[in-house]
Amino acid sequence: MAKKINTNSESYLKMYSQMVKIRSFEDQANQLYLDAKMPGLTHMYSGEEAVAVGICEALTVKDKITSTHRGHGHCVAKGAELKQMFCELLGKEEGYCRGKGGSMHIADQSNGNLGANAIVGGSMGIATGSALRAKLNGDSDVTVCFFGDGATAQGLLYEVMNMAALWNLPVIYACENNGYSEYTATDEIAAGDILDRARAFGIEAHKVDGQDVLAINKLATDLVARARKGEGPFFIELITYRYHGHHVGDINRTYYRSKEEEEDWKKNKDPIKILGDWLVSEKIASDDELQIIRDDIAAEAHVAVQYALEASYPNSNEVDMHVYMETN
Amino acid sequence: MRSITLSQAVNEAIAEEMRLDSSVFLIGEDVAEAGTPFKITTGLVEEFGTERVIDTPISEPGFMGLAVGAAMTGSRPIVDIMFGDFLFLIMDQLCNQAAKAHYMSGGKLNVPLVVRTNLGATRRSAAQHSQSLHALVSHIPGLKVAMPSSAYEAKGLLKTAIRDDNPVVIFEDKLMYQDKADVPEDEYLIPFGEAAVLQEGNQVTLIGTSSMRQVCEEAALILSDEKISVEIIDPRTLVPLDEKTILNSAKKTGRVIVVDEGHQNFGVTAEIASRISEKAFYYLDAPVIRMGAMDVPVPFSPVLEDLTVPTAEKVASNARKIVAGELVHEL
Ligand SMILES: Cc1ncc(C[n+]2csc(CCOP(=O)(O)OP(=O)(O)O)c2C)c(N)n1
Ligand SMILES: [Mg+2]
Repeated sequence: MAKKINTNSESYLKMYSQMVKIRSFEDQANQLYLDAKMPGLTHMYSGEEAVAVGICEALTVKDKITSTHRGHGHCVAKGAELKQMFCELLGKEEGYCRGKGGSMHIADQSNGNLGANAIVGGSMGIATGSALRAKLNGDSDVTVCFFGDGATAQGLLYEVMNMAALWNLPVIYACENNGYSEYTATDEIAAGDILDRARAFGIEAHKVDGQDVLAINKLATDLVARARKGEGPFFIELITYRYHGHHVGDINRTYYRSKEEEEDWKKNKDPIKILGDWLVSEKIASDDELQIIRDDIAAEAHVAVQYALEASYPNSNEVDMHVYMETN
Repeated sequence: MRSITLSQAVNEAIAEEMRLDSSVFLIGEDVAEAGTPFKITTGLVEEFGTERVIDTPISEPGFMGLAVGAAMTGSRPIVDIMFGDFLFLIMDQLCNQAAKAHYMSGGKLNVPLVVRTNLGATRRSAAQHSQSLHALVSHIPGLKVAMPSSAYEAKGLLKTAIRDDNPVVIFEDKLMYQDKADVPEDEYLIPFGEAAVLQEGNQVTLIGTSSMRQVCEEAALILSDEKISVEIIDPRTLVPLDEKTILNSAKKTGRVIVVDEGHQNFGVTAEIASRISEKAFYYLDAPVIRMGAMDVPVPFSPVLEDLTVPTAEKVASNARKIVAGELVHEL
């Protein structure tokens, strides 16, 4: 463990570990796809780890999040177990959703993750409704709504932001701006400044470097505390980048995004490297210690994936189970 | 004759109609440079430019509404809805606006547009990317609904759809995009409301829409080994529905199984079965059997997903039973 130089060093190391955990999960998931062991397609979060971790580390287990099609990072950051996540990706019975949801629908209710969503923007109402419940019940939890830059084109966002602002709901809209909506640069399909859209409703809006986990965490901690006091809603735009294609099958992508651009982000703006360098320079951890963290987590991810590969599929009688909740 | 994929057939239909009629344009997400995620519209933006091949933000209700307005005022938009599941996002513009404008205006307005979208499970895409929602729009008066079952139908039906003066929703099976079929080089159209009799027979009629045509054909192969004579019908359009061809076949064979990939409850199979029951009842030797997708959201896990769709084996087994005079459903 690290030398206790800073009272926050434990939390910094936790953030480091959580980001590494997401990266390791995604590396394994990508490999499952390449080895044709994963059914369907999946969207990698690699490169965006600081966003999920910086925000979720400002939350308690009671706080809620809603996630997206690119949701593995949010899920891990909110506290999920890798084994159950891999089981879900492979459609196994022990998965978070008993194999019924898959990558795009992982929900982990025990940690306050109300679910990934395969409809772009589909969770904006859900997140805002969760915040409405908190207000109505006098609960102190906050809900964070994660969505992409492309999702800001969905009209639903403007309907719910209006209501959230009218009613001071404890919701934080977290826009992960990775520059692209599928195969199109979002600049080409988004007019004006995204922050101005939130400000039009009188919502306090911030832009933050999405690769700087400490800056994100500082901002999120402040906004979450204020949202708990009824000062919400808030809007954050996080400038980030996805390292992989839109999904694992999007390999030939130079027609919409250059290799140089990708290399630049990976080399110069990697969130794990940025935090790692800082931890070393602040003497919170040594290079060797960070290497051990990375190796341990990579090993954990490897064990989890092997477990999931051998786990069993759901029984066929589950197919028509859970369509309706059993009520007595 | 040359053989091309369903995706190429769709591409050709759009290109040909855009060449013929400058009021036709294509609008949707990633339809231009990317050519859609299924690579269907590749090359169109190079030929027709970004004015007529329009990439949109992820704003389905918005661009659907634009298409309705443009259609009302002289354009003939083709709207690309990437997955059939996203129809739920455009329902107001499609069903309250496009479908009703002609009627509500006493025939003064009309909305000549095409919504191109898809259906079909077993792609391991889970519950929000696998639905077959054609029954939903077939329920709305004012909309026409086409269901191509191969590259040949895809081209001919889409060209007819683009020339139709009404809103048309055309569903392609996303699992068939790479499937090839013989498609003439010369121009052809497939009229709406004309079913195809794909195989003649006299003991049992299998009616299969879209993806389920292949399932019926495979079932017929299984049954031919057992010397059961099967007639296969592909309705090709649900609205209008070629009732005549369907009823004639029902009267001839006296036994019908309707196979469709939409949910079975309140679905297309129910509609077709009830028309046969109402209008050919006295010719029937067995109840009309409906075979739709299981009434569950499409599960992700392959082992569960495969259970939700009709298969050739199940169709053949039901056909065997009704031909033998056995019950499919307990009394
Ligand atoms: C309503 C809807 N429209 C279109 C899609 C297809 N689609 C999936 S992801 C995506 C791009 C989303 O971009 P963004 O919100 O920026 O998220 P990112 O993928 O960049 O994380 C699109 C268009 C969808 N899933 N849902
Ligand atoms: Mg994006």
